[in-house]
Amino acid sequence: MAAMGTDVDMVFKALAAPERRLLLDRLRADNGQTLGELCRHLQMTRQAVTKHLKILEDATLVVTIRRGREKLHYLNPMPIHDIAERWIGKYERGRLRALAELKAKLEGEIDG
Amino acid sequence: MAESEFVYVTYIRTTPEKLWRALTEPAFTRKFWMGTTQESDWVPGASWRIVKPDGSTADSGKVVDIEPYRRLVLKWQNQMFPEMAAEGFSRMTFELEQQGEMVKLSVIHRMEKPESLFIKAVSTGWPVILSSLKTLLETGESLQATRRWPEGM
Repeated sequence: MAAMGTDVDMVFKALAAPERRLLLDRLRADNGQTLGELCRHLQMTRQAVTKHLKILEDATLVVTIRRGREKLHYLNPMPIHDIAERWIGKYERGRLRALAELKAKLEGEIDG
Repeated sequence: MAESEFVYVTYIRTTPEKLWRALTEPAFTRKFWMGTTQESDWVPGASWRIVKPDGSTADSGKVVDIEPYRRLVLKWQNQMFPEMAAEGFSRMTFELEQQGEMVKLSVIHRMEKPESLFIKAVSTGWPVILSSLKTLLETGESLQATRRWPEGM
């Protein structure tokens, strides 16, 4: 049931599949898509996408809003934010961001 | 995409009445919403604003629709950054829905404009504020980082 959205196990389980992380990436790039839009350019059947979306919705990583006849899917950042809040904490965040920026910069230099 | 829109959903172990008060009453908002309060008569058409601890306005707008303990719709314009204020009004909706012993809080914030700077800016703010609101209602204490206005803003 979606009301169990605070269940951390469901969030981790939902994140533990590359197909579902790909769906989240698609929503991050373009939030508020229909099932049809999400299926486009994906090497997955419509049934598979529907199944993965259901698991993401149960974990509240994806939420839907009805607009007219369409059902739009949105990435909900709250569960991941809550996980970060729980284990990363407020004091380490600044240092982690600095490290992430350094990593991105160095990797950018190598790739470039 | 012809608009910018983000949706945040969080489940809070509380009642719709308590959650509504926490979202609107100064004694609560100060604790988890960066020390700010809101001023409004809370009826459709009434003006609305977020007041910073120094008394100045952070954001302002109007109450579009209000159904206490269930739904609040605001027209919302940033007043702090000229480039964001220039984007005009966004539309922010709070929806509260009881589900067992939890209340599902949905925050839908949209602007009829692609790549809105304002919607992008609030997209990092909402999770912080909502996470602190949840912690406040469930434990009695908000998250420390959200108890005061950030320095230099």
